[in-house]
Amino acid sequence: MDALAPLIASAIVAGTPLMLAALGLLVNEKSGVINLGSEGMMLVAAVAGFAVALDSGSPALGFAAGAAAGMALSAFFAWLTVWLGANQVATGLALSLFGVGASAYLGLPYVGETLTVHPSGIPLLKDLPFVGRALFQHHPMVYVSLLLCAGIAWFLSRSRAGLVLRAVGEAPASAHALGYNVRRIRLCALLFGGACCGLAGAFMSLVYTPMWVENMVAGRGWIALALTTFATWRPLRVLVGAYLFGGITILTFHMQALGVPIASQLLSMLPYLATILVLVLISRNANWIRLNMPASLGKNFNPNT
Amino acid sequence: MSAKLLRKALRWIALAPALACSFSAVAADEPLKVGFVYVSPIGEAGWTWQQDLGRREMESALGDKVKTTYVEDVPEGADAERVIRDLAQQGNKLIFTTSFGFMNPTLKVARQFPDVKFVHSTGYKTAANVATTNARFYEARYLAGIIAGKMTKSNIVGYVGAYPIPEVLQGINAFTRGMRTVNPEAQVRVIWVNSWFDPGKERDAALALMGQGADIVTHHTDSTATVQAAEEKGKYAIAYHSDMSKFGPHAQLAAVTHHWGKYFTKEAQDVLAGTWKPDQVWGGLKSGMAAIEGFNAALPQDVLALVKEKEAEIVAGTLAPFAAPIKDNTGKVVLESGVLDDAGLNKMNYYVEGVAGSLPTK
Repeated sequence: MDALAPLIASAIVAGTPLMLAALGLLVNEKSGVINLGSEGMMLVAAVAGFAVALDSGSPALGFAAGAAAGMALSAFFAWLTVWLGANQVATGLALSLFGVGASAYLGLPYVGETLTVHPSGIPLLKDLPFVGRALFQHHPMVYVSLLLCAGIAWFLSRSRAGLVLRAVGEAPASAHALGYNVRRIRLCALLFGGACCGLAGAFMSLVYTPMWVENMVAGRGWIALALTTFATWRPLRVLVGAYLFGGITILTFHMQALGVPIASQLLSMLPYLATILVLVLISRNANWIRLNMPASLGKNFNPNT
Repeated sequence: MSAKLLRKALRWIALAPALACSFSAVAADEPLKVGFVYVSPIGEAGWTWQQDLGRREMESALGDKVKTTYVEDVPEGADAERVIRDLAQQGNKLIFTTSFGFMNPTLKVARQFPDVKFVHSTGYKTAANVATTNARFYEARYLAGIIAGKMTKSNIVGYVGAYPIPEVLQGINAFTRGMRTVNPEAQVRVIWVNSWFDPGKERDAALALMGQGADIVTHHTDSTATVQAAEEKGKYAIAYHSDMSKFGPHAQLAAVTHHWGKYFTKEAQDVLAGTWKPDQVWGGLKSGMAAIEGFNAALPQDVLALVKEKEAEIVAGTLAPFAAPIKDNTGKVVLESGVLDDAGLNKMNYYVEGVAGSLPTK
């Protein structure tokens, strides 16, 4: 039991950046836009958040800067794809590659600096035996991400604005005919997605590994993209998936340290194996995917034609 | 008339490069141009950082006799060949290629530029104008193990490894053997992260080890994440590549480091003197290529003295980290007498007694 609490705690922390980014991408995709630039946005946000937190001494400002950086990049992406009609996949890939290079360049003066992380947690609850250590000693952003998940779930399924957003993702032409401004709605969705990816990036450089080094996101932006599909565009499944992905990596480490004779290479495959397995399972039921996958995902819409 | 003028002008233009060449050849005592190819950005700690420290040390030792150029963040593979060839074409007469994956590109370019000398790090292929170099990091690891054995209270020491290859296993095994000389109860637990550089995973692995009772962690990966995780949890760490005390002022007990300045300087001097040879240098504590430094003020004097004593013995050649008997962790005797030779080191594929678990390859 003693080993279990840190295992759960680590899995939650490892899953949080995945969840934050995946939630943002989910909202993007629900509006019909796929943004493959998540890795680049996370990296630029990581360096922006780290720089601001270091210079100002305030992690909160760091998170704000990260979100702002993510939004700035996604605004650029929105201009290229939603207004100029550039191919979403190609533009997203370019944004990712740009983000990798730009973050490395901008981050040069910050390599080797460190932030001190103060222990945090929920008062009273954090002192509980076992559950306190496993669940209630986390950075506030972990709880924010949970609220965000619940909020997005509510927004998409229960609110009028959420319905409009989904309509734009399913049938932009119909939404346009009804008088909704498709471009503006997609811009808002992309900005929100950028902010989420930004928070995820800032979480990496401020909480997860409190430092800046080139390419520190190490592919988590891509995993977040896979996660939205894995979760069949359902926020609560994103939560489960993110903790599962985080959890399997952590579990492999704990098993190795315990000397369980299992190949670490095999264990490293497990998250991806799990993704494929779940994809196969949900794909057997065609309705599950079809009901949730935005029908116009990746297709640009020009209201003037 | 104008046509004649044009021809004249053209002739001068055609001559210009040749003239420029003859001028540069005339200029006496031109500095030796030395090129460096780095696999990652220089950063502030790690493998490439140490290589660059070496470059700078060489520059300050030889002054205006050398002129260095470096190219950082060069991926291993086809691109490396282009970068190395570029450096050779720019007139660099000595080129250091500082990563294992540059081996074949280096040899390929070396064939095309027979008058340029190449030095490749951590590889095993040589040619008439290609030397190789590596460091016996494991000698310093052995000393780090002694520190860990003396300092651990829980008798569990965590080790974050990148890939289970001989170079990393030499480190783990030497560390464990050093540790067990002072503390036969202590045990090393290893987590492989299957990446040279992924701060998030390195940190998670270190946290997992500390969660299972390790009170000292060390790593054979490239980032500072392990040391930082130990600092955060109030545990100890032994850094690798560079002194990381800045990242873990309380955590870092010591750092196992490598230094290339003297070697780079000597290679450049040999080229200048015309005595350069394509030799294979595998230097350790004695040549200063591997070192242990960055000691924590919390280390007791007797531990420090013991480390210094053992270091002197290794330098003098009276102590070898891999002297018989060597038993693997299943109890099988690997070496009954003598000292494990370089061939044995280069194909190490087992954990020694004192390491928990079994290698993922088995």
